[in-house]
Amino acid sequence: MNSATTAAETAVPLLAVEHLTMRFGGLIAVDDVSFTAYRDEITAIIGPNGAGKTTVFNCLTGFYRPSTGRLAMHKNGEILRLERIEGFRIARRAGIARTFQNIRLFAGMTGLENLIVAQHNPLMKASGFSLAGLLGLPRYRSAEQAAVERARHWLDRIGLTDRADWLAASLPYGAQRRLEIARALCTGPALLCLDEPAAGLNPRESAELNELLLSIRAEERIGILLIEHDMSVVMGISDHVIVLDYGRKIADGTPAEVRADPEVIRAYLGEDDVDGSAAPAKAVAQQQPQEPAAVSSQGQALGSRFRENDG
Amino acid sequence: MAYFLQQLINGLTLGSIYGLIAIGYTMVYGIIGMINFAHGEIYMIGAFISIIAFLVLGLAGLTYVPLALAVVLLITMFFTSIYGWAVERIAYRPLRGSFRLAPLISAIGMSIFLQNYVQIFQGARVKPMPPIVQGGFTVLDSGGFAVRLSYLQLFIILLTLALMFGFTTLIAATPLGRAQRACEQDMRMASLLGVNVDRVISLTFVMGAALAAVAGLMVTLYYGVIDFFIGFLAGVKAFTAAVLGGIGSLPGAMLGGILIGLIEAFWSGYFSVEYKDVSVFAVLILVLVFCPTGLLGRPEVEKV
Amino acid sequence: MTAASGLAVSQAVKPPVFWAPLLKDAIVAGFVAVLLALPLVGLQTYDVGGGALGIRTHFDWVAIAGAGVFCGRLGLRLLHQLYPRRTSRNAALTSLAAWGSRQVVPITIAGIAFAAALPFLPSSSRYLIDLGTTVLIYVMLGWGLNVVVGLAGLLDLGYVAFYAVGAYTFALLARDLGFSFWEALPFSGLVAASFGIILGFPVLRLRGDYLAIVTLGFGEIIRIVLLNWASATGGPNGISDIPRPTFFGLPFARSAPEGVTTFHQFFGLEFSPEHRVIFIYFVILAMALLTNAFTLRIRKLPIGRAWEALREDEVACRALGINPTTVKLSAFAIGAMFGGFAGSFFATRQGFISPESFTFIESATILAIVVLGGMGSQLGVVLAAILLVSLPEFGRAFAEFRMLIFGAAMVGVMVWRPRGLISHRAPTLRLGADPAG
Repeated sequence: MNSATTAAETAVPLLAVEHLTMRFGGLIAVDDVSFTAYRDEITAIIGPNGAGKTTVFNCLTGFYRPSTGRLAMHKNGEILRLERIEGFRIARRAGIARTFQNIRLFAGMTGLENLIVAQHNPLMKASGFSLAGLLGLPRYRSAEQAAVERARHWLDRIGLTDRADWLAASLPYGAQRRLEIARALCTGPALLCLDEPAAGLNPRESAELNELLLSIRAEERIGILLIEHDMSVVMGISDHVIVLDYGRKIADGTPAEVRADPEVIRAYLGEDDVDGSAAPAKAVAQQQPQEPAAVSSQGQALGSRFRENDG
Repeated sequence: MAYFLQQLINGLTLGSIYGLIAIGYTMVYGIIGMINFAHGEIYMIGAFISIIAFLVLGLAGLTYVPLALAVVLLITMFFTSIYGWAVERIAYRPLRGSFRLAPLISAIGMSIFLQNYVQIFQGARVKPMPPIVQGGFTVLDSGGFAVRLSYLQLFIILLTLALMFGFTTLIAATPLGRAQRACEQDMRMASLLGVNVDRVISLTFVMGAALAAVAGLMVTLYYGVIDFFIGFLAGVKAFTAAVLGGIGSLPGAMLGGILIGLIEAFWSGYFSVEYKDVSVFAVLILVLVFCPTGLLGRPEVEKV
Repeated sequence: MTAASGLAVSQAVKPPVFWAPLLKDAIVAGFVAVLLALPLVGLQTYDVGGGALGIRTHFDWVAIAGAGVFCGRLGLRLLHQLYPRRTSRNAALTSLAAWGSRQVVPITIAGIAFAAALPFLPSSSRYLIDLGTTVLIYVMLGWGLNVVVGLAGLLDLGYVAFYAVGAYTFALLARDLGFSFWEALPFSGLVAASFGIILGFPVLRLRGDYLAIVTLGFGEIIRIVLLNWASATGGPNGISDIPRPTFFGLPFARSAPEGVTTFHQFFGLEFSPEHRVIFIYFVILAMALLTNAFTLRIRKLPIGRAWEALREDEVACRALGINPTTVKLSAFAIGAMFGGFAGSFFATRQGFISPESFTFIESATILAIVVLGGMGSQLGVVLAAILLVSLPEFGRAFAEFRMLIFGAAMVGVMVWRPRGLISHRAPTLRLGADPAG
């Protein structure tokens, strides 16, 4: 799918971030960042470590209060200002769900229970704040059934149905990551925010993750926002990539555009970098075997300097 | 005015004692992030050991007061430090990786254990102590009310100041102090750089216990009577002091101690004695609800 | 199938035992024990009279302490060396606990049957029924605190405050306004729950250890106020002349004033003081069972699951749209309510209450019951309560050492089995069929 034409034809803006700034005392973690995430699109936020990506997430999902900025979530025709909504309410009111860099499952509860807890709010209402539930009224029982069905649907999608009653802590790492995503989806979000969903996954698992995310994009009418370092995921499935460095946005466009952007290359490789990691540069370079010229002369010069220092 | 001054003196004395105990709380919290609930009992044990030491010295015939004080001080600090060390080894070290409530529950269990341990072996009745350091001088005499500053009060305040000074120097200038501050900042990194984290933590507990021992000795001298239950109340108040001053901050602990001592003295002097403990608890709740980082503490940012 | 069971590893090769470091370690431990015991155990102060103290030496005890620690430490290290895998050491207890948790239903039925039959067993006596009543009070308190500590993971060190509030509310309603037990009960629960909300609201966003200390402070404040506000609460004398329980209006007396039928008259029995004792026993049994049923039920409701989720990871809960404050408040209030109910019962059973019964030690004791039993485990609380109350019965030594043992046990449990004696958690929902065996 050509993302440029998709964006022009069917772009439904979901989240509009304008001039987001986050300061911790004297440290500016996020500096005047603006971007838009669209429904039915996968938007990736990438950048070197410490660029402020998770901070942006935390501002979006109510864990930090932004120092300045306008976070506009478009929902059902109305615009919700996220920076004005109290932390935990964002999930319910704005329909934003997230996963965490270090998996935060309810380790002592089963996978199924994790997914049911995600549906806490509708279930609470149906249980009449526990009264109907205590009395075992049918309206609660049917709500619980529906919740279990929804959980089962997602368990099927991530392939954990047969291990639904396992303790979340006892699941293998890749399964835990998928479970966390499923749990976020059980809240019925409009925007799914994934913080490094591919961290620690091997290439096969990353490919499965790509499939899962693509199927979510295709079937649910939601937007996906993801922070990632794994370029196979980023370049493979994103429609739109935003690059942060030292808290500032340095690139914003399609994967192809971003890949070729000299600012991006410099951010990853660094200027006078002796021990700069060649891996991102390699990953970037390997994505484009047909266009060696696209790696700027700057990049080549840096690369040769690197080799020089190797002795 | 004279009455006010007297309460001030009393409050400063009391505050010094609380401050010494509070330092133990704040140091342990600073380095391993837990409240050493059993610290109050360490202070109580210090008090008991000091009485026993005095009795033994008395029986051995040593009655020259300054020397006896010095010897008792050393003995008390020595044995109480071992208790502090042992508590950490038994109740906290095995729980370093455990879920967050575990060390706290263990600490409560240890507190109960130590209280009952002393109660069983030393008896449940109060232990009286004849006044050792007597005399004082009148600071001010107005309207028939004499403001007295006893030598003991002076001794307590001065010793506390000296210890504070020594401690701050220790933390700021010695390798041990540096190692401790490093562990407070980032324990894993400190250990990777060759700091023996276990030993630093143990020493933190030992130092806290030593200071609590001094406080115990002071209380024995000042009030002349102790029982196995004094640790509980003093512990909570000293913890309040640590929080008020800013948990993790050494000068904060001392400042908090002084403030709590003053609050208690003035409350019982001007309002009611029965509710003086309530005043301190109220301070605790107010501080934690409205200003958890205290006066000199650093605000914590939640890491998600 | 839960994958929580450990892997079975055959100990094909026993590692060699290195004696030298073991002995050195044990000697150091023994020496430290001697140093610890020397001042407080070896030198015992006692009243000589006239405000003076004397010293008795007990150096033999010090030696015993040293030797005991030496042997214990050696034995423990030896055990570690011979059986290095933790799972195999804990295996027996874990599999016993797991078996036990699968047999929950038959165990529960047997337990209830036994409890119901207790007063009528031939070996029963008034003393035994009294003991049973005390056990059940602690069981109910333990189950109430379990909601707060075990399910929601909020360490409440001031639970006794709600116990006290319930007791005093009942006492005042009954003595001054003539409420009967059953009439006053809901009010006690309501007042206690309100206190729970009032006390909880400002502090529930504090983190674990701060919350614990603040609740401790609240507990103490309540006690001090009860002690000093004599006009309302009777001060240190407390409230006496609390009406004793009646059988729904029929008093348990030998004889009653004109026009009033007594219990034994109504049922045509010989008067016996045991009637009231047995009745009280069944009242608390019923209350405890209702508490249990309620808790089991609410665990399966969204709010109960939210409590447990909050205990596991509050940050994740917030990300799922769960309001941590209201969830915590509900746990606090419900726990407080049960504490209040238990307090009412306590007041009517004793006929007299005073602030002495509501000290921090009580809070710590109830906490010890919950912790030892296994936080979140209903059955564990019962076992721990039985242990606590009946321990002194095994001898005077146990009576003296009871809290000492409990304190040590709390530390021990945290170090060896942090999830308590019964640590198996039954999930509230299953997708597949219940696993057999």
